[in-house]
Amino acid sequence: MHEHDLSKVGTRAKPAGEQVAGDPDKAFQEAEVTSEGEYGIPVITHCCLEPHGQVVQWNGDKVEYWPSTQNVTQVGNDLAKLIEVPANQIHTHMDYMGGGFGSKFPPDLWGAEAAQLSKMSGGRPVKLFLDRATELTIAGNRPSVFAKVKTGAKKDGTITVWQSQTWATGGYTGGNLNVSLFPYVFNKLENKRLNHTAVSINAGSARAWRAPNHPQLSFVTCSALEDLAAKLNMDALAFFLKNIEITTRPQVYKAQLEKAAEMIEWKKYAHLRSDTTKGPVKRGLGIGVNTWGGLGHDSQCRVTIHPDGSVDVDLCSQDLGTATRTMIAMVAAETFGLTINQVKVGIGDTQFPPSGGSGGSTTIGGVTVSTRKATVNALGKLFDLLSPVMGVPADGLEAVDGRIQQKGNPSKSMTWQQACAKMGTQSISEMGQNKQAEAVKEGLINQGTSGVQMADVSVDTDTGIVKMNRMVAVQDCGLVVNPKTAESQVFGACIMSCCAALMEERIMDQQTGRVLNPDMEFYKLAGISDIGEIIVHMDITPEHDARGIIGLGEPPAVGGVAAISNAVANAIGVRVPMVPLTPNRVLAALSQRRIG
Amino acid sequence: MSSTKDEIRKKRKSAFSRRGFLKGLGAGTGVLSTGVLAEQETDAAPATPVQGPGAVAITLDINGRPHKVNVEPRTTLCDTLRNHLDLTGAKRVCDRGTCGACTVIIGGKVMYSCTVLAIEAQGKKIQTIEGLAQPGKLHPVSQAFWDNDAQQCGYCTPGFVMAAKGFLDHHPNPTYEEVKKGLGGNLCRCGTYVGVRKAVLQAAKEMQGGRNA
Ligand code: FES
Ligand code: FES
Repeated sequence: MHEHDLSKVGTRAKPAGEQVAGDPDKAFQEAEVTSEGEYGIPVITHCCLEPHGQVVQWNGDKVEYWPSTQNVTQVGNDLAKLIEVPANQIHTHMDYMGGGFGSKFPPDLWGAEAAQLSKMSGGRPVKLFLDRATELTIAGNRPSVFAKVKTGAKKDGTITVWQSQTWATGGYTGGNLNVSLFPYVFNKLENKRLNHTAVSINAGSARAWRAPNHPQLSFVTCSALEDLAAKLNMDALAFFLKNIEITTRPQVYKAQLEKAAEMIEWKKYAHLRSDTTKGPVKRGLGIGVNTWGGLGHDSQCRVTIHPDGSVDVDLCSQDLGTATRTMIAMVAAETFGLTINQVKVGIGDTQFPPSGGSGGSTTIGGVTVSTRKATVNALGKLFDLLSPVMGVPADGLEAVDGRIQQKGNPSKSMTWQQACAKMGTQSISEMGQNKQAEAVKEGLINQGTSGVQMADVSVDTDTGIVKMNRMVAVQDCGLVVNPKTAESQVFGACIMSCCAALMEERIMDQQTGRVLNPDMEFYKLAGISDIGEIIVHMDITPEHDARGIIGLGEPPAVGGVAAISNAVANAIGVRVPMVPLTPNRVLAALSQRRIG
Repeated sequence: MSSTKDEIRKKRKSAFSRRGFLKGLGAGTGVLSTGVLAEQETDAAPATPVQGPGAVAITLDINGRPHKVNVEPRTTLCDTLRNHLDLTGAKRVCDRGTCGACTVIIGGKVMYSCTVLAIEAQGKKIQTIEGLAQPGKLHPVSQAFWDNDAQQCGYCTPGFVMAAKGFLDHHPNPTYEEVKKGLGGNLCRCGTYVGVRKAVLQAAKEMQGGRNA
């Protein structure tokens, strides 16, 4: 069953109903220029290097459970339902995990199976991980999206109307798409008509993939917008800026587009699509935009200060490789005026207070608030204890550079060690909590980020090979806790975008419904030499800082596919409608242009 | 007879030296490789002729120490390290010589341990990530990975570090372009290549002179 062609999917199509805003028909009549295009972005799979799986030991009443999961607090409760034991009999542990990207939340049937095997064996630990082919077939994928888009504009480049028909599949569960976000980021457009059809096919089901919906929405929108700009014979950047007022955050996007343009040397390398560079290897630039929420999830944290001066910060979160541990340690250490080595962080264990799953870029906001509050509470208790000893009111004390001192007066101080020794034999243990529903009001964290990616590619028009020369990313995420690991997230997201734009595609056998490339030779990921230069600019400004901490994992993974696809169109003068931009697709698009 | 064998060995060496192969091809997509065990640099006695099908007792020279283990002849070195010797640094990801997560160094060559049978690795010096650090001190390559935040989930990292170490042993002073080609046999899903490239260049600098074997 080929989902690429909506007319052939028959009863598997489930239309979601039409959404109309303004008067699209009138707007098209009045439009001075219109543009039409077809776009496709295929199903890709998560392909975590560590496959899904777990070790589990079911011994009598107790189930010890070591899954590879993004959701340590909840996954054991879900397993409990599957194997019908009380949730409090399951103890979940996870120190490290080898990538999830949205696919590792549930315990899955293989978790239940492993538990049963353990029970049947009389309580021996059972390790069950998917092999690579199974991993790529059933352990999650990102839905495809196919689109027919028509847009209209005034001659001066003002976009006036958007109409899209989209369809998508994420396997047997169908393929929903939040089309009300069209045109993506340029969302305050008055006239639009939106249709979407979910298509179910007999294949493994979709799971969240880094920024669910958004890479597809960004790809379709930015492609259609640059095609409209090309029709207007207008510079793409000028076109985006011309319409900046209909974006969700005009000032921010304007500044980011200008910054990205400066970084990629837009003035030097930009040219109109109709005006391709000389020679068989063509060079081009393209733009992609992103937005995301990223509000911190519910989280509880327990902080314990021991009389020997050691500090435990415990919460049942998880580190997916995003440096959750480091962030928690940084926040705790800063509150106490200690170095991060003096703080011991405990995560990944259900004996610790519950904290949300790591999805939707919600972790950093959640864990930093709960940690901050717990540490402030614990420090307050310590100050109460020290106040009479030091002869300073508790609210006149501060913790800086490994000392407790009278505010601004280092001469009246004691070392952290001396201060903690005053606790005698009693530790101080305090809780802190983030409630997502109240978080924004409290002002420590926030939601809503913006970012821009621009790509510079070379396309060999003889071979169809696309080379990514450079990508720049400008990204806001509120207050940045650790610029180095934040940059790493953006680098990684840009690299993933290159994989998706140039290589990744799940290919199904139309006869048997089997995945034809459930391996790493033919399910392609970029290697180190496929990636050109990446330049990241974290958009750190006093205004963004003041908003508080916002999640970063998803947004920079959104705009890169659009940027590369647009850069290729700009380079070769014609749209390659479907990603990944493989040589055969590039050559096909080129030959059509030659014929047409 | 021995001369024929030697000839075959020589041929294999030239045909299948992994790095040579990658270099020659320019390693366009970075996933090319061959897992055939390079047979040079093996002065030790030939492997025991016992060939299963049940488990056979073998001794592997890992990180300078002999390790005795019973494995079926079909068992890969990767599975032997992970499942029988508790050396879980090398990761099993594709299990067919594509991704490099299982990389170790055998007889001075960077190899995919998932494509080497444990019995083939007898008599050869095997280096794994576990043997890299000196007590209390990271190897310069590992340190450089740390300094440049060249890991996220870390699942590809042990393989990358070993590949980088083996690469630098043979190319102590690489250019940026050489690093890109030389590390083409390892894949990372999280997208750490920017950090890895910086890390390998930093390690090269630090390993000059006082080379840490
Ligand atoms: S697991 Fe050995 S190369 Fe992938
Ligand atoms: S760091 Fe996760 S796969 Fe490389």
